[in-house]
Amino acid sequence: MSTHGTDQSAAIDLDPTATSADMRDRLKRKYPPPKSQWIALAFIAPALILVIAFFLIPLVMAIWMSLHNWPLMGSPKFTGLTNYVRLASDKAFLNALLFTGKYTVVVTIAIFVVAFPLALFVDRKSRLTGFFRTSYFLPSVVGFATSCLLWVWLLSPDNGLFSVALQRLGWVDKPVQFIGNFDLAFASIIVMVVWRMAGFTMLLLLTGIQAIPHDIQEAARIDGATAWQRFRLITLPLMKRTLALTMVMSIAGSILAFDQFYIITLGGPRRQTMTAVYQIYNTSFISFKLGYGAAMSIILMLILVALTVLQLYVLRSKEPSK
Amino acid sequence: MNDESAVNDAPRPRPPKNPVPLGRRFNTVFAGGVGIMLAALFLAPMLWVALSSFKPKEEAAQPPLPPWPTSGVSLDTYRELNTFGNGLLGHSVNSFAVSIGTVLLTVAVSTLAGYGFSRFHFKGKNLLFMMIMLTMMVPFQSILTPLFLLLTKVGLQNSLFGLALVYTTLQLPFSVFMMRNSFDAVPMDIEEAARIDGCTTLSMLRHIMLNLTLPGIATVSIFAFLTSWNEFLGALVLLTNTEYQTLPVIMAMVRYGKYGGINWGAVQAGVTVMMIPCLILFLLLQRYYVRGLTAGAVK
Repeated sequence: MSTHGTDQSAAIDLDPTATSADMRDRLKRKYPPPKSQWIALAFIAPALILVIAFFLIPLVMAIWMSLHNWPLMGSPKFTGLTNYVRLASDKAFLNALLFTGKYTVVVTIAIFVVAFPLALFVDRKSRLTGFFRTSYFLPSVVGFATSCLLWVWLLSPDNGLFSVALQRLGWVDKPVQFIGNFDLAFASIIVMVVWRMAGFTMLLLLTGIQAIPHDIQEAARIDGATAWQRFRLITLPLMKRTLALTMVMSIAGSILAFDQFYIITLGGPRRQTMTAVYQIYNTSFISFKLGYGAAMSIILMLILVALTVLQLYVLRSKEPSK
Repeated sequence: MNDESAVNDAPRPRPPKNPVPLGRRFNTVFAGGVGIMLAALFLAPMLWVALSSFKPKEEAAQPPLPPWPTSGVSLDTYRELNTFGNGLLGHSVNSFAVSIGTVLLTVAVSTLAGYGFSRFHFKGKNLLFMMIMLTMMVPFQSILTPLFLLLTKVGLQNSLFGLALVYTTLQLPFSVFMMRNSFDAVPMDIEEAARIDGCTTLSMLRHIMLNLTLPGIATVSIFAFLTSWNEFLGALVLLTNTEYQTLPVIMAMVRYGKYGGINWGAVQAGVTVMMIPCLILFLLLQRYYVRGLTAGAVK
């Protein structure tokens, strides 16, 4: 996942005084004193134990459980691939997957449409740039669940802000039920998530913009390229790597969406905003069909692993940005 | 008097060097105006809820127009929130215990592992490092059920310590990566000098290396704190006993109106309490946070 190249460049970032001579020196002298193998393992052991206990074992268990009818109480019964066969025709699960896909596409586009101009905007130098960056980013620091609670209140028809404000402005004449119908609920969630995530994505994109050598932009300016030409022919192509990475992060995060639908829409109206993770939660921890829930989890996991593999493939095929 | 003001009103000669063109000056002002409006949009929801939370009980249930208290400042909403579950203090303590526990465990485990990966050569090193990094590929949400069963089996279900262990594991890929790079950046000479002066590996790590890798530790800590303070689904599933629940979970209960209708005042107070530590921590340690973010983006 991390090649030697990125590893070194990150190290240089951390300590700008380290020269390449230092590096070579260090690599040469990295010593294997006798018994070092066991000492090294002792250092790494706590991390390994945690990863094995709370990641690898549960992972294997999840696969094993998905092949069973596994109630909370009582003994599990091996059923082979029955759970997966049932999933293929489980309307609720397929709808949840479909909705998750739709949400992921819409929210990712919405975030980028807002975040990209913001990133270009805060790349300008001005006395207020620091303030702008921090204030756009600040919502991203607040927890997702916290943001959801905040917006539930703002969206509340009788006690919240938006509906009453719209009424006082005279734009609507009765309270707006923001989570009462699907379209309005979906739009509200998108707005809330854009508010929460735009600054985060902006900051990631900004690092990409700032990695573009200044002279290239300057040369193009001198050659008479317009701002739009410079953006389309220089900024965009040179940011491909950052764009791909940021987009994959946004997509992976959206596929795992849960908090906003559990807290704001409660999966409604009429279960139309049930996401995949919400469905897994309901199946495993409300209906206590643990085996069936595990099978859903495995499907979700495969989707995300495929996404990561795709990401690695995309990033590998490009030459390094530096 | 009159004469003087007339003189003052007369157009002054512009300094001849580099006059800023009117068009660009307009652009700067316009951009500044747009920027400030955007900042207001992003900051408003947070200010709104924080201000409203200081309204008296009846006012807090009314629509927040204006957001600030108009009939006197009060802590009613916090008192209201205090009647839920185990009390505001109890759940805040739970949240802090889990978050600080996660920070301490993450720093300890990832510092040791980072040092091991940075300074030693051994068979299978890359394989083990890859194994830790690969845990990032699998979403934690998909192994939640087995985690629940596993923790129940070892008696760590419904335990803040158990939850902190799970959070620590989630933080490991990022933190080990971060700490390994921090140690990579410390020249070997320093370590050798300490060794010649008679330091053992552990005392050298504690007295010398820890100071030199402090930026890395700060980055790892702030991410560990924010993640565990804000995490919702895991806490919802793994802590079934109200007494142990963290703030986000108890607040979801308030929202669901489990204790009668939704108490909007309590929602405002809860959101404010959950928001403040994140904002303070971020504003204090912004540098280290952004560094972690870019390290993640480079990877």
